[in-house]
Amino acid sequence: MNILNTEEYNYLKKKLHRKPNELEQYIISAEWSEHCSYKSSKNHLKLLPMNGDYVLVGPGYDAGVIDVGNGYVVTIHIESHNHPSAVEPYGGAATGVGGVLRDILSMGSRPIALFNALRFGQVDKDSKFESKNRWLIKNVVKGIADYGNCIGVPTVGGEVEFDQSFDNYCLVDVASIGYTKLGNLVANKARKGDSLILGGNATGVDGIHGASFASKNLDEDNRSAVQIPDPFLEKVLMEATLEAIENDCIKTMKDLGGGGLACCLSETADNLKKGFLVDLSTIPLKQKDMTDAQILISESQERMLYIVNSKKKNKFFKIFDKHNVNYAEIGHVTDDLNLSVIREGDELACMPAQIIAHAPLLNRKSKEPAYLESIQKSFREPKPQINIKKMIFKMLSNPSICSRKWIYEQYDHEVGVRTVSKPGASDSSVIKLDDNKFLSFKLDGNSKHCYLDPYRGIIGCLSESLRNITCVGASPIGIVDHLQFGNPENEEIFWTFLQTIRGIRDYCKFMNIPVVGGKVSLYNETNSGPIKPSPVIGMLGLIDAKNKIKYPMYLSNQSIFIVGTTKDEMGGSEYFEYCLDIVGGDVPSVDLEEQRNIIETIKKLIDRDLIYGVHDCSKGGIIVSMLEMAIHSNIGFKISVDEIPNKCSRLEYLLFSESHNRFIFSTDHDSMIITYLKKMKIPYARIGNSSDDRTCIIKNKDKTIFKSSLKTISQAYHSSFPNLFEKHI
Amino acid sequence: MVRIGITVFPGSNCDRDIHHILNNILHVDARYIWYKSSFDYFDCIIIPGGFTYGDRLRAGAIAAHSTIMNKIMELADDNVPILGICNGFQILVESGILPGALIVNESLNFICKWMNVIVTNTDTPFTNLYDKNQRISLPIAHGEGRFVVDDKSYNKIKKKNQVTLEYWKHNPNGSLNSIAAICNEKGNVMGMMPHPERGGDKDLIPAGYDQSSILIFKSMINYLK
Repeated sequence: MNILNTEEYNYLKKKLHRKPNELEQYIISAEWSEHCSYKSSKNHLKLLPMNGDYVLVGPGYDAGVIDVGNGYVVTIHIESHNHPSAVEPYGGAATGVGGVLRDILSMGSRPIALFNALRFGQVDKDSKFESKNRWLIKNVVKGIADYGNCIGVPTVGGEVEFDQSFDNYCLVDVASIGYTKLGNLVANKARKGDSLILGGNATGVDGIHGASFASKNLDEDNRSAVQIPDPFLEKVLMEATLEAIENDCIKTMKDLGGGGLACCLSETADNLKKGFLVDLSTIPLKQKDMTDAQILISESQERMLYIVNSKKKNKFFKIFDKHNVNYAEIGHVTDDLNLSVIREGDELACMPAQIIAHAPLLNRKSKEPAYLESIQKSFREPKPQINIKKMIFKMLSNPSICSRKWIYEQYDHEVGVRTVSKPGASDSSVIKLDDNKFLSFKLDGNSKHCYLDPYRGIIGCLSESLRNITCVGASPIGIVDHLQFGNPENEEIFWTFLQTIRGIRDYCKFMNIPVVGGKVSLYNETNSGPIKPSPVIGMLGLIDAKNKIKYPMYLSNQSIFIVGTTKDEMGGSEYFEYCLDIVGGDVPSVDLEEQRNIIETIKKLIDRDLIYGVHDCSKGGIIVSMLEMAIHSNIGFKISVDEIPNKCSRLEYLLFSESHNRFIFSTDHDSMIITYLKKMKIPYARIGNSSDDRTCIIKNKDKTIFKSSLKTISQAYHSSFPNLFEKHI
Repeated sequence: MVRIGITVFPGSNCDRDIHHILNNILHVDARYIWYKSSFDYFDCIIIPGGFTYGDRLRAGAIAAHSTIMNKIMELADDNVPILGICNGFQILVESGILPGALIVNESLNFICKWMNVIVTNTDTPFTNLYDKNQRISLPIAHGEGRFVVDDKSYNKIKKKNQVTLEYWKHNPNGSLNSIAAICNEKGNVMGMMPHPERGGDKDLIPAGYDQSSILIFKSMINYLK
């Protein structure tokens, strides 16, 4: 039986100067899987800017760490559980949440917030996979809810996108933020003789080969590779761990995730520049008859590895006993740099940790995908639409646009008493760290844009998240990226990956925002083919005063302004793809210089308290932003769209274009605003005002093109999601 | 000074929130009570929300049978105010200190959202600073919050004025007659599904709601003075 492929087997043999035995090959196959080793991506990820004034720990650890002042730090991590969620959505999504929480815990911090970015196939009635896709959504949401609600970490924000390329599949990305005193960060040190302690769950045959399962195209029948969630166990494990940290008992810790003990032990030993001696007979098992290989690669959840010195051991045990959490001393730290695995004295495996933890990296080939040219060649501009009103209502009930209330009401988003902005209420989540110190976080992705132009697409995602956090008065302190693609052995797919890296590098260097963490998920394919390139960006920002937090709202009779230029950039827009079923056209591009200028201007206007409410323009275009503001305010408006600065060839493009660098805001200070915008040379217009009733009126050159009551608008926006589920029990 | 005890069971997860609101916003002495520890003196006990024992069996069922509940029953008999919030309410019902049962929401889903409730009984240690029928805002967050009770017990509850809070306008979980909170006959033990601690920090109150739920705790402190 071939555990490793021939090339990797020969490479390992050469490094070890001997033939590896079977168990050693199992250890290597887990750690050298794409999922654990990043062998396709590592060389390229090095290009990203990772340093910043406040970054204490960057990518490569369980979580990134950012100094937020006054002796406190924020930790951040993003994970995905795509393959498991596609076959077993409830367990897959729940264990994804459990995994990311343990990453935050591993740094020594208490998780204070959860987020998720979800991508599903189409749920419209004519979709072939409509019922499967709905089943996936329902169970993914329930999995996330049950885990987060039980463990008591609020799920405060997220995003959802629908696209045909996710049919019969799904992308489940979860992010978490932790918060702790600088002094509580785990030191990551160890000395010879320190104990290795495995705490939490027993090891079982659930999640065997999970990492290699995630490193291949989807095999739907492989349900045993999906782990089983137990949020209650993780809750008591978390409380025991945090109490042990408060008592200074833990020198190093790491969560057990993909690749199980094999990866956790080898990576930790390598990071510490130490060796570990581990006795397999000491590991608590769920089943008696597990093989040595199964024990080492099992991905049973809710387990943590701790390194504790002999002086603190008794205190550590006392704390874990108090919380009724199981633990076992499984070995100790050595100086020989090897990961040695024994069973009651007999050596089963012994390899340098450095070799295990560093898979031979690959330089995969890439080439520009042929589809890019063929799509643009066959692209024809659609016929002009006569019935604008019908299109507007179609857009409002688009699952990628409509209200997400059905989802977020299932999440406890209040526990922890830090949630300032409730889900759906603002452009970016806001949580309270301390009096007058707030943290904002926003996840953004756009697979439709990234498919048609990966470089412009990712810059667009970054630009959108920066605009979103700007709306709540935050300044960026870092990003995390989650890079999700199909099979990297396909040169065309790998090209889209490289373009994405280039985009992140260019944007973050220009805006001076460090990348503090990330994750790569490849092989996202089903029998029908690969997913669209689906990078997701999470941006973190800090807010220093409560009154800077703005909402997409206005009061009666305020002026409504727009800044930025609307262009015929319809490629990958919801209007083309959802309303008209057209793929192709120009993807919106971002003028970085202009973006910096506009962001600085909006921040200045917020600082001077000249803006009442503000909203970003993105998916669905100006029309969606305006109607969302009306719904949030419960007040109508009257605007003239011909006033909008634009280079649009037709009315519907003006309404639905997803050009970047645009904000809509409300104000009572017209003249001061105009003076400032003129001074900053920013394209702007006063497009109308909010009314004192509940009617929304849109005019074009004095002709009314849309008039509707807020009740009807709100109904379309809010009923779409519940209708999907409640009508089909 | 008033001393308030907050019980901590495995899986309690609102204990730290209540501790924060009482100590840092209301500046009273609130301390944790680990479920296995013995304790002697507290003016009042709060059983916080969460998922004790992971809601296994039924929400609150296992915690209701832990030894600390014997002590809490004694305190209840001695007229010590005891407030159960969310999972705390479920524990009080499961242990028989309060009547009725809390079953799965009518929608079958967990629901978290801000609501309004009406104070229907102001004659308890937890509601004495409210006006009768005052509307207060606070969020709910539960999967098993639908209060049910048999007709005979309901008539008794009603007669003794034991319903303390009712959902206003919209019944989120299918509770009998929109019941959000009840107390025991003497009024010194109250269980409520909504979370008053989550309305305790003014920075966290969403538009259209207010900080009125903090009067639950202020009433308690007022009563104990």
